[in-house]
Amino acid sequence: MNIYDIIFYLFAAVTVISAFFVVTTRNIVHSAFFLLFTFFGVAGIYVLLGADFIAIVQLIVYVGGILILLIFGVMLTNKITNVQIKTGTMQMLPAAIGVGLFAGLLLSTVVNTNWKVIPRTVPLPDAGTIGTLLLSEYVIVFELLGIILLIALLGAASIARR
Amino acid sequence: MENIGLSHFLIISVLLFSMGLFGIITRRNAVMVLMGIELILNAANINFIAFSKYGNFGYNGQVMALFIIVLAAAEAAIALAIVLNIYKTFSTVNVDEIDRLKD
Repeated sequence: MNIYDIIFYLFAAVTVISAFFVVTTRNIVHSAFFLLFTFFGVAGIYVLLGADFIAIVQLIVYVGGILILLIFGVMLTNKITNVQIKTGTMQMLPAAIGVGLFAGLLLSTVVNTNWKVIPRTVPLPDAGTIGTLLLSEYVIVFELLGIILLIALLGAASIARR
Repeated sequence: MENIGLSHFLIISVLLFSMGLFGIITRRNAVMVLMGIELILNAANINFIAFSKYGNFGYNGQVMALFIIVLAAAEAAIALAIVLNIYKTFSTVNVDEIDRLKD
């Protein structure tokens, strides 16, 4: 068991355990903070997969942006002095059975499939190659995403101030 | 114990996806449903990057993951604006109590 394996299991444990607490903790603010650890763990897994740039983007956008937005959402839609911040759950048992069956099916598929693995020939991860791809092969998607972000900005502002 | 391979990352992804699905189904608060969606998007991202590495697709998988992150950010902003509006109208964000399209 080398150092790579140990780091992988560390990040995997952080990710999965905190994701479990995200969906089971009753206090919604605690859920948001466990989500922080999940995002950190996923960023670590990206680094292990050789995607440094994506890991940094994950930290900046998810932790710095989306998580803050979610916490704002919690703060603005719950009266903090109220006990309302503990939200209810519903249909726990049927959902657990159904999701468990589904997860078992997916897991057995993943484990039993003979994935065709090609040894990696891409040398080092670097952001320059991603930038070149974005502006050559994926340039239309890139521009469309820019338009989508603009529309999301305008739409969110106009919906929220109504 | 075998070496860390593609299936290890896929198992992490499956677990994240299942827990996100579980959160979406069982939680009543709309913001918690959003958190479940974020977990599912992260699971998809791990899949993209893992296949990109082990299937030798170069950087294409990473570019797709970048697109997913951008879409997740846009989706979170819009969804929270809608949730705020719902809270203003109904004074609750529990998804099982919001069952009217108009007043």
